[in-house]
Amino acid sequence: MKSASNMPFKKIFDIYNWDDVKKNINSKSAVDVEKALAKPKINLDDFAALISPAAAPFLERIAARSRALTIQRFGKTIQLFAPMYLSNECNNICTYCGYSFDNKIKRKTLSDAEIIKEAQAVKQLGFDHILLVTGEANATVHVDYFLNAIKLIKPLFSNISVEVQPLEEEEYAKLHAAGVYSILVYQETYNQEAYKKVHPKGKKSNFLYRLETPDRVGSSGIHKIGLGALLGLDDWRADSFFCALHLDYLQKKYWQTKYSVSFPRIRPAEGVELTQDVISDKELLQLICAYRIFNPDVELSISTRETKQFRDNIIRLGATSMSAGSKTNPGGYAVDKESLEQFEIDDTRSAEEFIKIISQQGYDPMMKDWDKAFTT
Amino acid sequence: MLKIAGKEFSSRLFLGTGKYASGEEMYNSIMASGTNMVTVALKRLDMNAPQDNMLEALKKANVFLWPNTSGARNAKEAVFAAQMAREALETNWIKLEIHPDPRYLMPDPIETLKATEELAKLGFIVLPYIHADPVLCKKLEDAGTAAVMPLGSPIGSNKGLKTQDFLEIIIEQSNVPVIVDAGIGLPSHAAFALELGADAVLVNTAIATANDTVLMARAFKDAVIAGRNAYEAGSASQNKTAVATSPLTEFLG
Repeated sequence: MKSASNMPFKKIFDIYNWDDVKKNINSKSAVDVEKALAKPKINLDDFAALISPAAAPFLERIAARSRALTIQRFGKTIQLFAPMYLSNECNNICTYCGYSFDNKIKRKTLSDAEIIKEAQAVKQLGFDHILLVTGEANATVHVDYFLNAIKLIKPLFSNISVEVQPLEEEEYAKLHAAGVYSILVYQETYNQEAYKKVHPKGKKSNFLYRLETPDRVGSSGIHKIGLGALLGLDDWRADSFFCALHLDYLQKKYWQTKYSVSFPRIRPAEGVELTQDVISDKELLQLICAYRIFNPDVELSISTRETKQFRDNIIRLGATSMSAGSKTNPGGYAVDKESLEQFEIDDTRSAEEFIKIISQQGYDPMMKDWDKAFTT
Repeated sequence: MLKIAGKEFSSRLFLGTGKYASGEEMYNSIMASGTNMVTVALKRLDMNAPQDNMLEALKKANVFLWPNTSGARNAKEAVFAAQMAREALETNWIKLEIHPDPRYLMPDPIETLKATEELAKLGFIVLPYIHADPVLCKKLEDAGTAAVMPLGSPIGSNKGLKTQDFLEIIIEQSNVPVIVDAGIGLPSHAAFALELGADAVLVNTAIATANDTVLMARAFKDAVIAGRNAYEAGSASQNKTAVATSPLTEFLG
C-alpha cells in the first residue's frame, strides 16, 4: 500500500497482523523466491520470500546478489566505528539485558573527566566515528548530560552517533544542533504482546512511544536513523518484516534522512538466561543479504556480538559498517575496565587486528567518512 | 586541449576516489587512466592522519586534487564545506555536490544554483553536479559557473547516457565546458559522450568496482581519446539521407 506523506506509522503498522505476517512468510515457496530473485527491484512481499525458510537453499545466489549490489553502491569499503558506553544506570526492566533495573549490579555513569579519558582512549585506537550508548535513567542521564558529553568529545571525532532512551523531538533537535549525526533506536520487537512481556516495567514498557520514536528523530532533521529488531525476542522473520516495513515508511516520509539497519542477536548477559539458539549464522546471513537486495542503499551494521568467522566473511557479503575492539561497559576502554557490560561480545579481537582483516579481505577500512563541516 | 577556468588538461577523463579497495589500487588506477584531475570528498579527507592511505596515494599520484562537497544537503552546508576544503587542500576549485536525498544522490537544482552564485562571488572555481537540465545550465552560466556537470544516469548506476537528448541540447547551447558526471558504466558510454561533443567525463564506480581496476582505467583512457578524436574528425554518419541524384529543388533552375 502507498503511504500518504502525513500518515503516522501506527496506521500502517495496524494494517498488518503479526500472525498473518508470520504465516505469509512461512508459506512462501521456492517459486516465490525465484520470482523475487528475477526482479531488478524487489518489494516487501519479495523480501518476505527471501527471508522465508523456502529461501534457505538459495543462500548462495542471495549472497552473490547482495555482494554485487553492495559493491556497486558502497564499493569495497567498510566504515568503522566504536561504541562508547557512558552509563549503565537504567530504570527499565528488560528481561534480556544486563543493565536491567532488577539486576543488582554496581551502576556507573561517567563523569566529565572520565568521558574525556575514555574518548581519548577510543581515539587512540584510530576511530573517528563514535557511538555513545547508555541505559535509560532519565533523572541523571538526560538530554543535558548527552549535550555535555557531546561537547566534551566533539573535538576528537568527525562523526557522533547516539543510542540512548527515546527522546522528544525537541531534544533530538538539540542533539542535531550540537553536532550529532545519527540516532539509533531499536524497536526490540514489533510484537506488541511479546514486547509487554519482556519490558514489564519502566518508561520503555510503552510500546507505541518507542514505535513512534523514529518519526520524532526524522522530524528533528538528524542525518541518519538506525533501526533494528533484537533477534531472538520473538520470531525473527516476522520482526524483520516489520522492521523492513518501518524502514520503507520512514524512507518515503523523511527522504532526506539516511538509514542503517543493525542485527543485534540476543547475547548472554549478567543475570540473563538464554533458553534457545534463536537465529543461526546461516539464517542471519540470509537476513542480511535479503535486506541488501530489498534496499541497495541502506547501511548494514555488524557488531562484535558476532563471531570472528562470521564477521570476517560478512565484510564481502553486504555489511557496510562495523564496530571493532568494542567494550560494552561504561569506562571499558580506560576508566574502569571491570564495570558491568551490557552483553558479552564474541569477537574480542582488537580494532587494529580487525582493520588488518578488512584489508586482507580486499576491502578498505574507512575510518573517516564524514566531516564536522556538515554537522556544525 | 581542454581548458577549464584557464587551466589546461591533457586528459578529458576525470576520476573519483570513492569505493576503491585500497589506496594502492586507487593509485594504480589513476596512473593507468592518464587523468590530470581527481575529485576527493572533504568528508573522506583526514588531514590529521598523515598515514591515511588514501591521502598518501593521492599525493604520490601527483594529480590535481579537486575537493567535492559530497554530504552537503543544502547551499549553506555546501558553501561552508567548500571553504573548509579550500583551507585543507589549498585550492579554490570545488566540485559542488548538493544532494538532499541520500538514497539516489539526486542533485538539488535550487540549492546548487544558490551555492554556485555565492561561491563564485567568494572567488571559487565552481563545477556543479546537476541534472541534465538545459535551462539550469544557462542559469548556472549567469551565476558564474566554470563548467557544468550534468548526469548521464543516476550516480553509481552504470546505465550510461539515459539523458542523451538533454545532454545534446546542453552541449549545443553551452558557453562553458560540459563534463558528463555520473552513470557512465562502460568505456563505450564515455566514448559516446565525447562523440556527442562533451568536453570531458568523470568516472568512478565503473573503474573502482571493476574486477581489474587498472585494466578498466586504461580502457576508459583509450575510449575517451577515441571519442574525442571521432568528434574532432567529424562524423560521416551525420548525413543520414543519401544525396538525391535529381535534387528536389531542381525545378528552381
